[in-house]
Amino acid sequence: MPFLFSFLRLLAVVMALLAVPTIALAQAAEDAFTRLGADSFSDTARAIDILVQSAHPNAAVVIEALADGRLLAGGGAVAVKTKEGGFLDARTGQALTAAPAGLNAVRLNNNVRRVIQGALGGLGLINPDPGKRVAAAEAVFRARDVSVLPVLEAAIAKETDNRARRALREAQAAILIAKTDAPPFDRIAAVDVLRERGDQDALATLRALPGDASPGLKEAQARAIAEIEGKLALWRAGQNLWYGLSLGSVLLLAAIGLAITFGVMGVINMAHGEMVMLGAYTTFIVQEVIRARFPGLFDWSLAIAIPAAFIVAGAVGVAIERGVIRFLYGRPLETLLATWGISLILQQAVRTAFGPTNREVGAPAFMSGAFELGGLAITWNRLWIIVFAALVFAALLAILKLTPMGLQMRAVTQNRRMASAMGIRTGRIDALTFGLGSGVAGLAGVALSQIDNVSPNLGQSYIIDSFMVVVFGGVGNLWGTLISAMSLGVANKLLEPYAGAVLGKIALLVFIILFIQKRPRGLFALKGRAVEA
Amino acid sequence: MNAPTPGALTSSLLYLDGVSVSFDGFKAIRGLSLTIEPGEMRAIIGPNGAGKTTMMDIITGKTRPDEGTVMFGGSVDLTRLDEAAIANLGIGRKFQKPTVFDFHTIEDNILLALKSKRSVLKTLFWQTESQQQKRIDEILGIIKLTDKRERLAGSLSHGQKQWLEIGMLLAQDPKLLLVDEPAAGMTDGETAQTAVLLKEIAKDHSVIVVEHDMGFIRELGVKVTVLHEGSVLAEGPLDQVSANERVVEVYLGR
Amino acid sequence: MITRFLLSNMDKRGYAFLAIVAAIGLLVPLANLLMPAGSPLHVSTATMSLWGKYLCYALLAISLDLVWGYCGILSLGHGAFFALGGYAMGMYLMRQIGSRGVYGNPVLPDFMVFLNWQELPWYWYGFSSFPFAMLMVLAVPGLLAFVFGWFAFRSRVTGVYLSIITQALTYALLLAFFRNDMGFGGNNGLTDFKDILGFNVQAQGTRAALFAMTCVMLISGFLIARGIVTSKLGKVVIAIRDAESRTRFLGYRVDRFKLFVFTVSACMAGVAGALYVPQVGIINPSEFAPANSIETVIWVAVGGRGSLVGAALGAVVVNWAKTVFTSGFMAPYWLFALGALFVFVTLFMPKGILGTAQGWWESRKRPAPVPAPEPAPAE
Ligand SMILES: Nc1ncnc2c1ncn2[C@@H]1O[C@H](COP(=O)(O)OP(=O)(O)OP(=O)(O)O)[C@@H](O)[C@H]1O
Ligand SMILES: [Mg+2]
Repeated sequence: MPFLFSFLRLLAVVMALLAVPTIALAQAAEDAFTRLGADSFSDTARAIDILVQSAHPNAAVVIEALADGRLLAGGGAVAVKTKEGGFLDARTGQALTAAPAGLNAVRLNNNVRRVIQGALGGLGLINPDPGKRVAAAEAVFRARDVSVLPVLEAAIAKETDNRARRALREAQAAILIAKTDAPPFDRIAAVDVLRERGDQDALATLRALPGDASPGLKEAQARAIAEIEGKLALWRAGQNLWYGLSLGSVLLLAAIGLAITFGVMGVINMAHGEMVMLGAYTTFIVQEVIRARFPGLFDWSLAIAIPAAFIVAGAVGVAIERGVIRFLYGRPLETLLATWGISLILQQAVRTAFGPTNREVGAPAFMSGAFELGGLAITWNRLWIIVFAALVFAALLAILKLTPMGLQMRAVTQNRRMASAMGIRTGRIDALTFGLGSGVAGLAGVALSQIDNVSPNLGQSYIIDSFMVVVFGGVGNLWGTLISAMSLGVANKLLEPYAGAVLGKIALLVFIILFIQKRPRGLFALKGRAVEA
Repeated sequence: MNAPTPGALTSSLLYLDGVSVSFDGFKAIRGLSLTIEPGEMRAIIGPNGAGKTTMMDIITGKTRPDEGTVMFGGSVDLTRLDEAAIANLGIGRKFQKPTVFDFHTIEDNILLALKSKRSVLKTLFWQTESQQQKRIDEILGIIKLTDKRERLAGSLSHGQKQWLEIGMLLAQDPKLLLVDEPAAGMTDGETAQTAVLLKEIAKDHSVIVVEHDMGFIRELGVKVTVLHEGSVLAEGPLDQVSANERVVEVYLGR
Repeated sequence: MITRFLLSNMDKRGYAFLAIVAAIGLLVPLANLLMPAGSPLHVSTATMSLWGKYLCYALLAISLDLVWGYCGILSLGHGAFFALGGYAMGMYLMRQIGSRGVYGNPVLPDFMVFLNWQELPWYWYGFSSFPFAMLMVLAVPGLLAFVFGWFAFRSRVTGVYLSIITQALTYALLLAFFRNDMGFGGNNGLTDFKDILGFNVQAQGTRAALFAMTCVMLISGFLIARGIVTSKLGKVVIAIRDAESRTRFLGYRVDRFKLFVFTVSACMAGVAGALYVPQVGIINPSEFAPANSIETVIWVAVGGRGSLVGAALGAVVVNWAKTVFTSGFMAPYWLFALGALFVFVTLFMPKGILGTAQGWWESRKRPAPVPAPEPAPAE
């Protein structure tokens, strides 16, 4: 019901505005030009209001010139000095051939400047570009300048673009709700409009309702605030969920290679984090080369870095497997120590080669910036990392399930001796598996170079998390790793607002420690005699 | 202690009824029922995968049955106890794959098995008494490893490890011995000696022997239970059992 | 009974170790206090404190060897017990500062005044008393190990899983102690100590006494550990290391044995930490860093796990090498050397310096050795 009333009201206003004869407007404009020449701050301010409200065709040009100190007036004449140095007649907008004599720049003070700001916002409302109109409406929404109201209403009447009309209505509502002399119905209708807008700004506007409000208005306000708060809480939860998924995908990327080496080979690879680091440094080198030689390819740098990082990290992985790990099968704890040693060596090697400080890895255009989805702010780099993680996961799954190598890998996982007896070259499979796991870690490094500091310590900061993910998910099961990474990521981000980042993390570590007691082999454990041995 | 304890539900030393267990949907044991009387020696045979070892896993607490009753000494429900508790009740086990403590001397292996209090403090301040030392020496003699007592168990041959495990069983002095394939990997002579040894043990212990070697079973001359696909196929003296058509079918295939 | 427990089965190597540590504990402080600074026999206070630090590490290594070398539990969180013992000592030392702190608050340590805390948190109560603090040096790491182990061993978490959750434990503590509102000085930890038992911590005499005390504790720790591993319990523990489930089928409650050894070991690590703090003058959260715990493991591996003397030796050798390396022009290469050491030892010297030397010695004495058993499965 209130809506109907307010609609009728609006309709009436619009009709009235439309009915105002053009002559009256022209007279009003003339009055404004006279006032501009009066060299009085209050007259200047009034003139601006009149120009805006009369929607004079040159209003924008004149007010902009005023703001820049390019408006000249004197003896009834008003002229605009263009940015290029030419002159225009402010009334007609026609170019003047010569510089008008005897005119002085119209002076400004702070009050006038403020009025100009509001006026420029109001003027944007009638800009031909709908995007600009929306922006202007937003500005008005924030400024809540009552003087813009008539222009706003005129603009609403003329508006054809839906988005722009909504923005204009919201701006109007923001003004009306605080306008104590506005009809109560209008103000209640305004509350509705704000409720529908439903964001933090709407909430702030609603909260700023003056104390004079009628009980009905107050009730509407309270209801709207409650509803918006509920909705915002949902969005916030949604946003945290998004952060959680994003963290989860990072964890997945970091851990999935480990899941392969640990799951298939029972090898605790403490140098796994360094494979990630190598991937990140490979990205850095690729970008350096591109910057130096092929600057045009910069947007492709990540695409080029992906195979490069896979190959570099994979090759290092194969080298580690053939050089060290293969002598230590069946001695997982020794492997842990040896690979820790390798991780120290790799870290120090990178530190020696690239220095201990962070290296800058740039973001290609498609990775930078953000967009809004409902109440969610989504950055492109996070989105792409999630997509990338999903692709890597799917590819690995396909490799394990569909290729002969995957089959052999699974055979080796389940029964090494039997597989070897059946003619599978376990040594080769081990090397390839380790290379694959390390290569995937390198891929993670490409992604992490976009959101984290590329430094020799990069790997260290992920290794413990990665282990937690693998152990929580259960060894030898990629789906377990996926679910584990996502749930740990989401849990971490959902805990953060309550516990803070550090306590949240501690809570998760403690949770995993306790969880392992309950299910010593993780969420999705391999069963059978083999694992009991 | 061989008489049923008051409140006992059965007079049998070991009583299995309707026991089933499955691994990932595969039913390894289905509705297995079996009773062992005090002082009895029983041989269990069955083709590979019949569930013989799994049955021992259930009795010794390694595997929990999905359903069924497992009672010891008439009143103790074994399904509620863990391995250590079951061992301390007096059930000893020799594994199919001999497992001894490779990095201990043979003598220490026996010492560890020797019947005694198993608590942390008791073992911390343990002093071997002369009587216990005598028993250890005795067992070393029985299993013919006296002259190798200082050697590490890891250096023994397969057959010697089997014997060491039997020696450890003796040292444990359990009421019930579960012996899984004691003759596997032994020469005929050693097999015969093992049979003699087991018969000796059976004089004052209850024993369950699992074995594939029919000659060995015949040597023992005791009641035989045939397991097949997780349940009892036939039971009785060896001759009667081996005349059973279904047993023959199972062993020879269709 | 106790002396029999401690000294029975002592072998030559054990006596040699005891003799050497006792001699060092006696002679070094004397050389520091009595010899004039110019004399070639003089040991500077700095050197003495440095070696005091090594000996603390040796005690830590022995405690780790007890659980890893003998019981097969690879703890990657032993640094946590060391650090907790260190914090307990640090709290005592903080309370001894009294009103001599920068802010002159008689009760609150400086960092609390700085954080605008009004009163001492309850868990700081009692730490002004030395006996209480020493009790905590044992009790806090011991209790943590007991609770952690009680859960972990009962649910049969073993092998790499156990290693990883011990690492998670020390990592969680690292994060926690970094927080200012934990009340342990946050990032900066506890430092600027003044007195211990009324003696100036910086004074030469106090330093010498601390050094001697470290030797005493190292000897005690060695004797206790040795008593444990040579007892029947030690045999059970080794049996658990090599064939855990077999031990269970013999009727041993594996979890209790592990818990006992783990807890004793944690207390020992706590004592090492407590002796370490007054000698280096600071304790901060970085002692909880997982990397520290792993480094401890490598000391044990280098010296020879499964040998208490070896573990102590490994700690001293590696740390001495670290000092030599990091103080010279080769400083940037220390991590290369350490990393290579990890790889080399695991690949080529699985028995460590002592085990390898012993094997070599025995093979010379007896040309035909008994066939060695397969290497123990590490799990
Ligand atoms: N822990 C387990 N997980 C999965 N399957 C198992 C497990 N234990 C036993 N099985 C299966 O149960 C079946 C019975 O095994 P069991 O070892 O009891 O046979 P068995 O009679 O001892 O055979 P054998 O004579 O070869 O020793 C086998 O098919 C085996 O694969
Ligand atoms: Mg079997």
